[in-house]
Amino acid sequence: MSEARNYLTEDNSIRSWLLTTDHKRVAILYFIAITVFFFIGGAAAALIRLELLTPQGDLVTSDTYNRLFSMHGIIMVWFFLIPSIPSTLGNFIVPLMIGARDLAFPRLNLTSWYLFIAGGLTTLYAIFVGGVDTGWTFYTPFSTIYSNSHVVLAVTGVFIAGFSSILTGLNFIVTIHRLRAPGLTWYRLPLFLWSLYATSVILVLATPVLAITLLLVALDRAFGIGIFDPSRGGDPLLFQHLFWFYSHPAVYIMILPGMGVVSELIACYSRKAIFGYKFVAWSAIAIAGVGFFVWGHHMFVSGQSAFAGLVFSFMSFIVAVPSAIKVFNWTATMHKGWISYDAPMLYALGFIGLFTVGGLSGLFLACLAYDVYVTDTYFVVAHFHYIMVGGMVTAYFGGLHYWWPKITGRLYPEYWARAAAILIFFGFNMTFFPQFILGVLGMPRRYHTYPPEFQIWHVMSSTGASILAVAYALPLFYLGWSLFFGQRASANPWQTTGLEWQTPSPPPTHNFETPPEVKRKPYDFTTKGKARAQNA
Amino acid sequence: MTGTRRPPRRLVLSWIALLALLGATVFIAYLPLGTANTVIAMTIAALKGTIVAAVFMELRERNPLTLTFAGAGFFWLGIMLWLVLTDYMTRPNFPPHLHWGS
Amino acid sequence: MPEARPARQFVDLRQQHDVARLGMWVFIATEVLFFGGLILAYCVYRSGYPAEFAEAARHTKIVIGTANTAILLTSSFLVAWAVEAARLRESRFAALLLWTAALLGVVFLSLKGAEYAMEYHERLLPGLDFSFASPQAHAVHLFFSFYIVATGLHAVHVAVGIAVLVAVGIRAHQRAYLEAYHSPITVAGLYWHFVDLVWIFLFALIYLPGRSG
Repeated sequence: MSEARNYLTEDNSIRSWLLTTDHKRVAILYFIAITVFFFIGGAAAALIRLELLTPQGDLVTSDTYNRLFSMHGIIMVWFFLIPSIPSTLGNFIVPLMIGARDLAFPRLNLTSWYLFIAGGLTTLYAIFVGGVDTGWTFYTPFSTIYSNSHVVLAVTGVFIAGFSSILTGLNFIVTIHRLRAPGLTWYRLPLFLWSLYATSVILVLATPVLAITLLLVALDRAFGIGIFDPSRGGDPLLFQHLFWFYSHPAVYIMILPGMGVVSELIACYSRKAIFGYKFVAWSAIAIAGVGFFVWGHHMFVSGQSAFAGLVFSFMSFIVAVPSAIKVFNWTATMHKGWISYDAPMLYALGFIGLFTVGGLSGLFLACLAYDVYVTDTYFVVAHFHYIMVGGMVTAYFGGLHYWWPKITGRLYPEYWARAAAILIFFGFNMTFFPQFILGVLGMPRRYHTYPPEFQIWHVMSSTGASILAVAYALPLFYLGWSLFFGQRASANPWQTTGLEWQTPSPPPTHNFETPPEVKRKPYDFTTKGKARAQNA
Repeated sequence: MTGTRRPPRRLVLSWIALLALLGATVFIAYLPLGTANTVIAMTIAALKGTIVAAVFMELRERNPLTLTFAGAGFFWLGIMLWLVLTDYMTRPNFPPHLHWGS
Repeated sequence: MPEARPARQFVDLRQQHDVARLGMWVFIATEVLFFGGLILAYCVYRSGYPAEFAEAARHTKIVIGTANTAILLTSSFLVAWAVEAARLRESRFAALLLWTAALLGVVFLSLKGAEYAMEYHERLLPGLDFSFASPQAHAVHLFFSFYIVATGLHAVHVAVGIAVLVAVGIRAHQRAYLEAYHSPITVAGLYWHFVDLVWIFLFALIYLPGRSG
């Protein structure tokens, strides 16, 4: 309503932004960075889908194609998906949601952004001078011995960015344990925080293993220490064990924050408390925990022992259970709720549907025998894109729209946002559902040529991708527009619960005029759907 | 030394114990005990580590949360070691035979 | 000069100290897994090549290794003592202890450097003209790969620790720390003790195997 002093207007010099320790500004810095990376990774995807329009490899050489999908994977995984919700929405919202003035270690927070940028620039430079052709998975001994691409540069970039992840996770864990407002017990925490806590545990315990693994790859390549070299007694599978010990929990780093956002959205737009709050809260912890026991399902055909395969397959079935619990509880929450179909809710609903499809396809892959058939085919590609794009990116957009008024003090144009959400859903399914079919038909992943009988599905997929590209560009325009011309937002435009809505939009630098004291459970709506603030 | 500059007893005793354990582990390493050598060496290392953690790092006086954080890294390391070694212990052809025919 | 006020996100100095300590323990957990990946590689290859690893370990310099272990253990003792001294308001004496510990760290690194030089001349360092006369040379090569990466990484951590101890020591000497606020010494101490902890395990894995052979 007014141009009051808030975290945005207080000192607008470049220096104040680059040396900020305000978690809200750090979140904005991250947001700008990951948006840039999203479009770079998306550009690679566009070229990939263009190439795949025809069965022949006529747009790019096979070598270039290898570099394209490697770049797409590396950028999207480490420079978009992993930091996305935690470093943007998490950084902004966590202190507000727990009633604190900032995170536990504000300077560490800024440091993590600089590390992210350093890692990102290193990786972009690696791409600029030719990229890598190893895939984002850097399997040995190809990456350590035979590849003629910039492996050391690329892994260095990821290595540096990894420390950014670790510091973010460290900050969140300590903050959530120690900086909660008076009265905010664990079972009064919004579920977004339970999810981010679980995410942070994975960030802190898994990422260091990636760090040492990439360091060994770089050393092996630079000095020939031979640790993954079979001709010197090394085992290439050791790399895969080390790599996937991190990279499987990493996918939970990517999806758990999205699940946290969805909990917030479903509660708000059903005007109802989340059904089975404790189950949803502990299921996040369960996913984080059990997620460390399943990595071998990426290695069923690699040569690991049959017994190990058995153990990993069994655990992979188990890990699906807590995810399913969340889906059931979200659905139960909506039952007899006061549903509104604002854009964030459309994204949340999209998430539930698409994540369920992706998750179910994961069960097929957890099955040892079936995985032998579809491994390294487009079935796997479709599976993880349903989860990562259909799930995670959708949730990110949902959270972005939901908290947009709080972050910017402006309302986004609702009809444009709904249109974009629907277009995304439509474009996404058109892009990726044909890929399930392609996988079952036998189309291998990472190939840029294919038999002509597959073309119909690839054309469908690429067409969907072009729709998706437009749909993803739309928010860039209308959200950007809203920054200057959007209606100004009140403190609580969604009329929902949660401490972050009890302070102006945008918040002042110190977050709260008076430190809040929590008296209620979260998502406290009356039977008529009226919200009761947590500190009221 | 004045009272406030005297090293605390618990620290001195721990230091002496650590050096003694160091001497013991080196001495025992030279005794032919077969696989027990490794077990003993790792046990003594764990003992030394416990002394450093409990006394020097003051874990003895910390709350359960700090203890959980301190233990978490080792617990997760244990998971990694256990599950990966499960693969290698049940593989029929590890280590690889490098000199086929020789 | 002493910082009597907590940072704005904290209620009081006690909370700030508690949070700093907790944060360092989380960081230590990450380091356990960082070195842990190396330990995993060692365990895998030792389980595959037990005799060769024992043979390789016999070529490590146990005198230097043992001396270095004793040096680090002593430096840890001094750092723990420094924390206690700071608690008793002996800030300048704590500085002395911290600097002595840092000096021991420098001695550690010097001995390590001498050790590497010897091993380089014996052609035991992978990637640097390695040569070993034996049909199982590849396994010995793997052992020394682990050796150089693990001790090298550890040495980097020691170097960082030395810098931190010196810096914290300077602040202590300037009487920046009170009984009520000495968390930088505690937190730096935790890091240094952890570096010592890693070495305790590396020593057992590198220098002790195969000695009775």
